[in-house]
Amino acid sequence: MSSAKSFSLPSRILHWLMAVMILAMLFIGVFMASTVGPNYYRLVTLHHPLGIAILVLALLRLANRFHSPPPALPAELPPLMKTAAKASHILLYALMIAMPLVGWGMLSAGGYPIPLWGQSVLLPPILPHDPALWACLRSTHTVLAFLLFGMVLLHVGAALFHGLIRRDGVLRSMTR
Amino acid sequence: MATKPLVPPASPLRWLGVVAAPTALALGFLWAGGWLTPHRLTQTSLLDTLRTVDGPHPGFRRNHAKGVCVTGWFEGNGNAAGISTASILQPGRVPVVGRFALAGGMPFQADAPAKVRSLALRLMPPDGQEWRIGTNDIPVFPVRTPQEFRALQLASRPDPATGKPDPARVKAFRAAHPWLQTAAQQLSHRPLSSGFTDDTYRSLDSFLFVAKDGTETAVRWAMVPLQTIAPIDGHADDHDYLFRQLIDDIHAQPRQWRLMVTVAGRHDIIDDSSQSWADDDRQIDAGTLTLTTVESEEGGPCTGITFDPLVLPQGIVPSGDPILQARSAAICVHLPHARAKSPRSPPSPRP
Repeated sequence: MSSAKSFSLPSRILHWLMAVMILAMLFIGVFMASTVGPNYYRLVTLHHPLGIAILVLALLRLANRFHSPPPALPAELPPLMKTAAKASHILLYALMIAMPLVGWGMLSAGGYPIPLWGQSVLLPPILPHDPALWACLRSTHTVLAFLLFGMVLLHVGAALFHGLIRRDGVLRSMTR
Repeated sequence: MATKPLVPPASPLRWLGVVAAPTALALGFLWAGGWLTPHRLTQTSLLDTLRTVDGPHPGFRRNHAKGVCVTGWFEGNGNAAGISTASILQPGRVPVVGRFALAGGMPFQADAPAKVRSLALRLMPPDGQEWRIGTNDIPVFPVRTPQEFRALQLASRPDPATGKPDPARVKAFRAAHPWLQTAAQQLSHRPLSSGFTDDTYRSLDSFLFVAKDGTETAVRWAMVPLQTIAPIDGHADDHDYLFRQLIDDIHAQPRQWRLMVTVAGRHDIIDDSSQSWADDDRQIDAGTLTLTTVESEEGGPCTGITFDPLVLPQGIVPSGDPILQARSAAICVHLPHARAKSPRSPPSPRP
């Protein structure tokens, strides 16, 4: 397979960096939203900067995607699978951008200070203080988190299906 | 060109490879969320316990449900600035929104002298370095951990038949937690003041003050009234006498408290809020709180604010106290919000 069929190096770096960050974020999120244990504060303090970093990287990645488009899917892939692949990637991008914004908005609506790094750097609120809005955004954040996690599982499963079953070079285009 | 089938034949081992990774991730996710360990105490199960004990009261805070909003200011004097860089502790005045309340999840409970009173504060300096404080008028917290908190709540919940806690259950809790006996005695023998305004409110949990050079000092603090402390007098027939008196007091004149910071001594246990600290610990008078207005919670300035004790300014960080983390974690699940007019609202100040 020629190197032209692979993702560019910046694309691969962004992909794998964000893969680790997003998985970490999902696990931190689901754990800190349930625990009453001693790691709660540390995890919350980590959740905010990590979320903002993901937002920045997702926007950077979107720009990079337009700059160096991904390699075409194998020509012999059935149209339905191509459509599913495209749709799932659009949804992944949408969630990567929406999740941090909903989280940021939720803290704003809850009337909380929004620490970015430790207690020293604060982000401005992006929504007015409104408890009803807070409750709505908090549910949205949870639902989107489950949706994103489901999409990640599908993405991993599909990638492995391409790599191990179809062996059509799709997985390799991101691994090397 | 021969078209490849959508799903080419492959060995079961390869299929296992496809399924294994997502399955492992999903199991890890379920574990992290507590779904695989139903006995683990979570934010939801802790709040469910409170709801079981107090009954559901939608729209109200799950704990400290009956309360009123207050406003005023805090004036730092710089005495504690040497051990914490918090801007609030520097000389100067910052606006405050607060809330007086009775502990417990029942918004329409009757006032009584021995019920735990609380004062929550939101100090808002212009630099955005907010400090939220939750204080109670008890000397120590009755338990050490969130697990013990739940056990105590369940043990002391009122028996539907008598309306009082079942003595056998309370006794069983005491017997199973001998290390909490001192705290229980301190709590039952605590001096009671006449009302909200002559009461002393304590942080109970410990925090770390961080100085400019990074030195951490373990502290607790208390809001000590400048008003003369009067002994309790009987108002047992008035359902809302404590709140009425508070409203009258603040309407009559601004009320003040001194923020007294206690620095942990060598023998004090920092991460256990059920244990009191030594009497001869160093005390710092860090500033004065002045409360000038009191308003109903309905549409009041403290509505929709969670007094999360881990909203801290730069210069103050949490200690390892497990109760402190649990208070913050449980608070963030639920934000009280505007509710329909209730048949019997907690007292509203007269215009």
